[in-house]
Amino acid sequence: MLFTSYRFIAFLALLFLVYYLIPKRFQWLLLLAADVLFYACAGWKGLVFLCVTVLVSWLAGMLMGRSFKEQKSFLKSPEGKALPREERKVWKKKRESYRKFVLTLALLADLGILAALKYTNFFISNVNSLFSAELAGVDWVLPMGISFYTFQTVSYLIDVYWEKVEAENNLLRVALFTSFFPLLVQGPISRFGDLKETLYAEHSFDFKGFSFGMQRILWGYFKKLVVADRLLPAVKALCGAPDQYNGAFALIGALFYAAELYADFTGGIDITIGVAQVLGIEVKENFIRPYFSRNIAEYWRRWHISMGTWFKDYVFFPMSAAPRLMKLSKKIRTRWDGFGRKMPVYLSTLVTWFLTGLWHGAAWNFVVWGLLNAVIILIAEEFKPLSTRFREKFPRLTGSFGYRVFEILRTFLIMCSLRMLDCYRNVPVSFKAFGSVFTAGKWREAFSGALLELGLSVWDYRIAGLGVLLMFLVSVLQERHGSVRELLWKKPALPYVVFPVLALLVLCFGAYGVGYDASQFIYNQF
Amino acid sequence: MTTKQKIKTWLPLCLCLVLLAAAVWFLGRLTQPKYMSGVLEGAMTAEYYEEKTPHDVIFIGDCEVYENFSPVTMWREAGITSYIRGTAQQLIWQSYYLLEDAFRYESPKIVVYNVQAMKYSEPQSEAYNRMALDGMRLSVSKLGAVRASMTEDEDAISYLIPLLRYHSRWQELTQEDWTYLFRRDKVTVAGYLMRADVKPMKRLPSVPILKDPDIGEACWEYLGKIQALCEKHGARLILIKSSSIWPHWYDEWEEQISAYAAEHGLDYINFLPLQDEIGIDFTTDTYDAGLHLNLYGAEKASAYFARLLADAYGLEDHRGDSAIAADWEEKCAQYDALLDAQLRELEEYGYLKSWTLGNDRP
Repeated sequence: MLFTSYRFIAFLALLFLVYYLIPKRFQWLLLLAADVLFYACAGWKGLVFLCVTVLVSWLAGMLMGRSFKEQKSFLKSPEGKALPREERKVWKKKRESYRKFVLTLALLADLGILAALKYTNFFISNVNSLFSAELAGVDWVLPMGISFYTFQTVSYLIDVYWEKVEAENNLLRVALFTSFFPLLVQGPISRFGDLKETLYAEHSFDFKGFSFGMQRILWGYFKKLVVADRLLPAVKALCGAPDQYNGAFALIGALFYAAELYADFTGGIDITIGVAQVLGIEVKENFIRPYFSRNIAEYWRRWHISMGTWFKDYVFFPMSAAPRLMKLSKKIRTRWDGFGRKMPVYLSTLVTWFLTGLWHGAAWNFVVWGLLNAVIILIAEEFKPLSTRFREKFPRLTGSFGYRVFEILRTFLIMCSLRMLDCYRNVPVSFKAFGSVFTAGKWREAFSGALLELGLSVWDYRIAGLGVLLMFLVSVLQERHGSVRELLWKKPALPYVVFPVLALLVLCFGAYGVGYDASQFIYNQF
Repeated sequence: MTTKQKIKTWLPLCLCLVLLAAAVWFLGRLTQPKYMSGVLEGAMTAEYYEEKTPHDVIFIGDCEVYENFSPVTMWREAGITSYIRGTAQQLIWQSYYLLEDAFRYESPKIVVYNVQAMKYSEPQSEAYNRMALDGMRLSVSKLGAVRASMTEDEDAISYLIPLLRYHSRWQELTQEDWTYLFRRDKVTVAGYLMRADVKPMKRLPSVPILKDPDIGEACWEYLGKIQALCEKHGARLILIKSSSIWPHWYDEWEEQISAYAAEHGLDYINFLPLQDEIGIDFTTDTYDAGLHLNLYGAEKASAYFARLLADAYGLEDHRGDSAIAADWEEKCAQYDALLDAQLRELEEYGYLKSWTLGNDRP
């Protein structure tokens, strides 16, 4: 069930209605039923894998939770208190090992399913090219949103293991957390600790929440249908023929892709958060106007925040503070002090970004994309003292609006360049296309009618352009004043006007229906 | 929340929703193609609802009914009241639902179904679906027709909310869309789409090899449904194969239709072997080299069919009924005026310029 299908809209309308009509204590069960229905529409085979992940996570969480409870009650009991210190330590270590064993097994199962279903063909193709073998690829089902729900369950398991959250004993509640349908398609990757209060709570109808949610949903559809899907044919054409469309076209393609991806992904997240908001459920933001970032590190704190924090919390921090790595760092420091100090962070950054790339897709272009991000972040880190000195020496210049715009544009163009790897899905082709921007020219050709041969008419460009402009203006408003909806809410009639106006804009200028390809959200594939 | 607060909150929202619905309706009407020039076939379905008097005969089927039979000629010949609920490439399930829709308004004695469209047993083209179904009034029949006709890319809801289908047409709106926003001109006379020009058949086109001679299951199912519907409403179903040279009517199809008609007690009239008896001459009686009859061919076929219906089926001559006669006099006048206009156009340009979307002769 595509977010942009009429079926999904009907599904939502019915869900919203029933949700507030039934007794509140059944609301979360209704959501679970809706999840099952939503997921089943994408194929029952995927549902089977989802159920296995839920079952494994619930069981492991429960076992770890029980172990914690037993440990606490034993240590508090007279019998536990009577134990000598050393024996207590041994006893505790035993319980800890047991929990570690449970966690490892559960992670192996959850991540194993993800790895097997998503990365087997990648593995086979690499074996084939490395050893000139001819192993046949597999045709296994790739459950919808597997990367998202697997990461959610992994975070749940580790948080239980770290005692950040209490284990949930109710299987159905774990199932709802794992499969909550708005998040299932493209995140945000939510944490159990953030969601549990709001997800299982009883929600009364709140007009403001409903109104905000509906506005957010419509704004999401606007971004997706008016901007992203309208630009899609041009992006496909430009990225599909890199030999023909090089030089200026490659840069134009990268810029179009930046607009399309942003509108597509943030549009999807707007729909997700809006749906949750109508249901009274709070979901954390996943984007904070990333194209206004002044450096790459800031960009990644603003773009796909839930993924970034996930990797930071569950890969980067544990790895950079891992005892073995610390030991190695100590050893290196004896010879190369500076490098030895930085090594754990550098290595963790590279591994984190390698995995981030791999998470995006089972292909080398994603891996290279991830590693390049890491390299740029590390280079920026190395140049930080220089940059700080520069700022101190030229405070007026670096504090000016123009310098800020320069930094924003520089960051934006670097990200566009990196994203060519995603756009062309091929490492050599991407590098060639990037190089051609500086060597092949074709500027005159690009602006003498060739852009009208990409499947977009003059009107399509105008609509997409106005759509991007509107998105930009809203982002500027948000950057200056926070929530635009809160601003509108204070005016007497505006919230009421926004709803029909946005709806009409989407209905009239959206790229949907016969004659347009009903495109999946880009992040669905992850 | 007090009642006053509730009203203050919900009333503006309801008002907005009503305004939104009105805007969607208006924009849908504006962007929906009007079919008042060039491709007129899309305007035919809606015209049926403007009929003032009931009909003894209802034709259903594709272009071979609305081009090859003239209800005005049948009236003039034998006082038979008839209407053609034909549309371009009308598939059999569309014929069924259009007939079901017609039975909501009247009780014809005879239903004539042209079997040519039975060569299609699956949905074909969105454009033809739209021309056949957009004009239908909202009813269970329309919903059934939409569900049966949709191609893979289509959504049923866009037949109910036209803006969902035609939203991108705002780029190509013309004066016609504004002129015919709330009204339509008549493009047919009792469902007959007149063509007075002549394009003779010069040589017989080659006959393609028939890959699958069997008529599809869905077609038989709907033919059965049409028969049952006629029986339910006390109408007699006549199957016909109308006059044409091409597309070729294969012997295999003929055998299957004849066998079905014999088995189910239906009359089947194949006009192809009767063409000489009717007097159809494909050097003068067709406007597209044998695919369809022109006015002169249609008048010959209609006169023949009217006599047959009057003689063999005992259809009443309504020319003595003043109310009905008055309505048909209007139709005759419209028919003659339309013919005059086309003849004038032919004299002036040598072809029907109004049929070529303002372009030069194709």
